[in-house]
Amino acid sequence: MTKRLFVKGNEAVAMGALEAGCRYYFGYPITPQSDIPEYISRELPKLGGEFIQAESEVASINMLLGASACGARAMTSSSSPGISLKQEGISYMAGSECPGLIVNVCRSGPGLGGIDASQADYFQSVKGGGHGGYHIIVLAPDSVQEMYDMAILGFDLSDRYRVPAMILADAVIGQMKEGLEPHSYVAPDDLETKDWALIGDGKAGEQKIIKSLYLGDGELEAHNNHLHAKYAVMQEKEVRYEGIELDDAKLVVTAYGSTARIAKTAIRLARKEGMKVGLLRPITLFPFPKAAFKQCKRDGQRILCFELNNGQMVEDVRLAVRDVEVDFYGRAPGAGSLPTPEEFLAKIRSRYEA
Amino acid sequence: MNHDVFMAGFGGQGVLLIGNLLAYATIMEGNDASYFPAYGVEKRGGAATCTIVMADKNVGSPVVGEPEAALLLNPLSMEKYYDRVRSGGFALVNSSLIDDDGSSRDDLQKVLIPANEMALEVGDSRLVNMIVLGAYLEYSKVVKMETVKEALKVVLPERNHRFLPMNYQALERGADFCRQALSMK
Repeated sequence: MTKRLFVKGNEAVAMGALEAGCRYYFGYPITPQSDIPEYISRELPKLGGEFIQAESEVASINMLLGASACGARAMTSSSSPGISLKQEGISYMAGSECPGLIVNVCRSGPGLGGIDASQADYFQSVKGGGHGGYHIIVLAPDSVQEMYDMAILGFDLSDRYRVPAMILADAVIGQMKEGLEPHSYVAPDDLETKDWALIGDGKAGEQKIIKSLYLGDGELEAHNNHLHAKYAVMQEKEVRYEGIELDDAKLVVTAYGSTARIAKTAIRLARKEGMKVGLLRPITLFPFPKAAFKQCKRDGQRILCFELNNGQMVEDVRLAVRDVEVDFYGRAPGAGSLPTPEEFLAKIRSRYEA
Repeated sequence: MNHDVFMAGFGGQGVLLIGNLLAYATIMEGNDASYFPAYGVEKRGGAATCTIVMADKNVGSPVVGEPEAALLLNPLSMEKYYDRVRSGGFALVNSSLIDDDGSSRDDLQKVLIPANEMALEVGDSRLVNMIVLGAYLEYSKVVKMETVKEALKVVLPERNHRFLPMNYQALERGADFCRQALSMK
């Protein structure tokens, strides 16, 4: 018998974060992610860390900014309406180049919406979310194991670039249970010490300032160009995606997170029926795997995008492959509205035969 | 190996517990499993469903449209989900609460099981879920009965281990009933 654990996605992301050295958590409860603060409130004090249930989402994101400015690995988590409240703080973190991990276990909206799964926060996550034209790193796990792995990856990427990282999951990935093989954290060689952090090391004459306010002539423009230069490097070096049976595929299905899991079964069923169908699953939603989609164009493949919303990622796919026909099938999030593999298979069939 | 089962009842019948247990036992045997629950906000009486997908490795979709097997514990579940069971599949119907005998379909195997009465015979009305799980294990053979018993020992807090024999008995009774029902067909 193997030693795999059997845990929820929410627990896995919390376990991964603690393994990565996160010792500060600030949050406010909301369904469907409250297992995260529940787990961390129990386990973090044992590690000498600090768990704070803040008075609000706005307070918690600003506590994260503060902990990050002091060089600590710290995180917050919430679900869609709570993440909306945090957007101001995320913009300040981006502007101040404060790393940190933000977990969004999406529920449906807009407004308070409902408590079931949704992918309707894609735009908010990858296009900035708050004001000021910034980006954050956005990771989209599709399994309990990846919830664990990406908490670790999120911290490493965030520290490497001094850009906040978000895990974009949903109620399916957060609440389902699967096997998990935890592994020990090994810090990447290239992570520099945070000599920018405000740790009061008291060297006379050396001033460290962490801020997002730039009023000097040309200062802010230079700062913005610096931020966008980092995004360009990330676009080049940090793209991650999973490709399944793409080589001979005539039709490439694309989906992320929970929808990708449903698509994986649909593709297996399609292959059984003799259709040459593959899957391109973006793992980093920002930076987006544009080059992988461009490959489809060269290979003469057609693309079919599945989402649990009314069409968001499909816009980025279309931007990446302007001359290729990209079809979309989505479902508006809402009670009992999870698509099934059989439903996706029907769409694959009709697109394949078109 | 590639199996999936959908379980539905009302909150308090223990549907989520046996779904959890089955997925955990599958993982204990070295295979892969996903357990995906969906339930109302009520503690008792609301709808509770879960889907368990089991495979040698790499479970695909944790969501299943037409399940291979369905365990239907109350009338509402029968009404909502009976028609979804895959053709050639298996339906286990709790006849203690469900009047519908499933005669609207003859393209699947069905077993009508008086789970509430059987639970009371073993000694506790709360054993309905274990009766039903035992019956499913007998039909599917997806994990060994022994592994499920082992998993129950791990899942159950130590202070409740005195209830283990009763639960084991319920699992066995469910399996026996299903074996007989299937052999008569």
